[in-house]
Amino acid sequence: MSITYLEAIREAQAHALRDDPRVFIYGQDVGAFGGAFKATKNLQKEFPGRVIDAPISEDAIIGLAVGTAIEGMRPIIEMQFADFSTVAFNQIVNQASTLFWRTNVPCPITVRLPFGGTSGSGPFHSQCLEAIYAHYPGLVVLTPATVEDAYSMLLAAVALDDPVIFCEHKFLYYHLKAEKLPSEALPIGKARIAREGRDLTIVTYSAMVHEALAAADELATEGWQVEVVDLRSIKPLDTDTVVASVARTGRLLCVGEAWPWGGVTAEVIARVSAESYGLLDAPPQRLNAKDTPVPYHPNLWAAHRPTARSVAAAARKLIRF
Amino acid sequence: MLQTVSGSRAVGETQLAAYRCMVRARLLDDKFAALYRAGKIHGGVFLGRGQEALSAAIGVSLNKTDVFAPLIRDAAGRLAFGEPIIDAVRTYMGSALGPMRGRDGNVHRGRPQEGYLPMISHLGAMISVVNGVLFARRMKGITGIVGAACLGEGATSTGAFHEALNQAAVEKLPLVLVVANNQFAYSTPTSRQFACANLADRAAGYGVESHSLDATDFSACMDTIGHAVARARAGHGPQLVVANLLRLCGHGEHDDAGYISPEQKNSSLGRDCLKVAEEFLLNKKLADAAQLAVWRSEAIREIEEAVAQAQREPTPDPYEEKWSALSSEHLNELREES
Repeated sequence: MSITYLEAIREAQAHALRDDPRVFIYGQDVGAFGGAFKATKNLQKEFPGRVIDAPISEDAIIGLAVGTAIEGMRPIIEMQFADFSTVAFNQIVNQASTLFWRTNVPCPITVRLPFGGTSGSGPFHSQCLEAIYAHYPGLVVLTPATVEDAYSMLLAAVALDDPVIFCEHKFLYYHLKAEKLPSEALPIGKARIAREGRDLTIVTYSAMVHEALAAADELATEGWQVEVVDLRSIKPLDTDTVVASVARTGRLLCVGEAWPWGGVTAEVIARVSAESYGLLDAPPQRLNAKDTPVPYHPNLWAAHRPTARSVAAAARKLIRF
Repeated sequence: MLQTVSGSRAVGETQLAAYRCMVRARLLDDKFAALYRAGKIHGGVFLGRGQEALSAAIGVSLNKTDVFAPLIRDAAGRLAFGEPIIDAVRTYMGSALGPMRGRDGNVHRGRPQEGYLPMISHLGAMISVVNGVLFARRMKGITGIVGAACLGEGATSTGAFHEALNQAAVEKLPLVLVVANNQFAYSTPTSRQFACANLADRAAGYGVESHSLDATDFSACMDTIGHAVARARAGHGPQLVVANLLRLCGHGEHDDAGYISPEQKNSSLGRDCLKVAEEFLLNKKLADAAQLAVWRSEAIREIEEAVAQAQREPTPDPYEEKWSALSSEHLNELREES
């Protein structure tokens, strides 16, 4: 038996609903239909009254979630696509993220953002928004790259007393499989060494972890040992694990599927450069999507985002610096 | 005709309770304005002058177990809902002991776990939060409660207003949405804000009940708000209340409101609801002039004591401040940029 990344997300939600009466799910088409991606399939039947269809009102969806959190509930919100969360931006970054700081009342809401590019999805169903949410104080931003993390980090997100932006990558939904669900996991806020190496560190997260691992395989055939750090959590960012890896390799390449300007890759490089300048044997580099909206046609899309091939090319250049 | 607004109170008692909150709110606002002019308050001061009757009527129509999301001109409603004057003063003065601990100020105050929601500045944004509190309580099997959200006519132009009222209607929540149409959103007149004849007409489009009233008329405020709250409490779904009045001050104390014409000020909308309320109470023999004077002087004493107390209290200490926005302390990034 095997389980996909998407099934792991469904199972985590079922688990949370089963274990905690304060948990409920609210979002567009999440009820009898089971969600646009079927991440809530059969959950309404299994948990009557706790998996609730919302009108197409992202702002009011998050506002309602905050109100229920004030009353001690633990809502899981499914944004049908991360792209549409910008309609809820005000409620997320001004209401939810400031509530605890203003009032000492925690705001335990989990906002699931199906995000990232898939072929043919185009400019408004492909966006990577982790950096803009990480910019705001009061939010935790998670980006699981594996089936195991999708499951355990979603459970951890629901258990946290703070608003969590849970970025689940649509490209991984069906492709990624595991043998079974994990029984233990790294804590939130800890990065993971996805592959060990001594010549170069690639720091990345979410779907790009798999592009980086494929690039590392390719470089291994050329005699280079590439270390891949999977951040898992964007905020908080595990700078210690990143710096420890750079201490081993002396070279840093940051890879993100998001746009380049002011993003996660820039933050990682800023931290490593400021705190560990002496560890670097070469200028730190980054590779991001191009600075345009995400294109529709597969030819354009494949060239827009980093891929194993472009990651390997950037890595080669950095190794030879 | 007098009506019993809140079931357990005798006829007239609710009106007197509302009036006393109106007087306290007016005098409290006057005090804040004076402190502002004296440079004793950081940031803005926003008064409810002219809106006290409407606001107090909302506050006294709610029970302690209800939900209240006031806006910037609701000092009277806050007091009627049970906010101690010291909470208001501490928040304006930035006292470390106030509910907002100097982290937020002026009208941005509340106690969420007591059903008293602190507004953010983005208009319309509190309505869906009230929906959420009502939604959660329904999930927990709590019935018979009402949630009131206050806004001005300007906020009806926001997407948040539309989304939240529609959401409340779809969920048939006991929401009372009170729109104080004070004719100006900051400086923008209603002619540049909406094109319908009466904002209450919009209720039909949402499938909710609506009520209109002259908010300078104390008696109309008490009756109409009481009725709307009772309808929501009885399970008739969201109630949209549109109350017409004129703001008798600037948007904030920094604003001289030169855009309000003398004709408007002299129209019936420009009546002072506090004077109307006093005339009402005297005419109905619910109180005499001596009693009104006693309440006024009691309010002044209460306010002066609160201000004196807050001024003696510690201000927030940046070295004691936690500087963390997360409740999960182990996830705070303690890295100091230096």
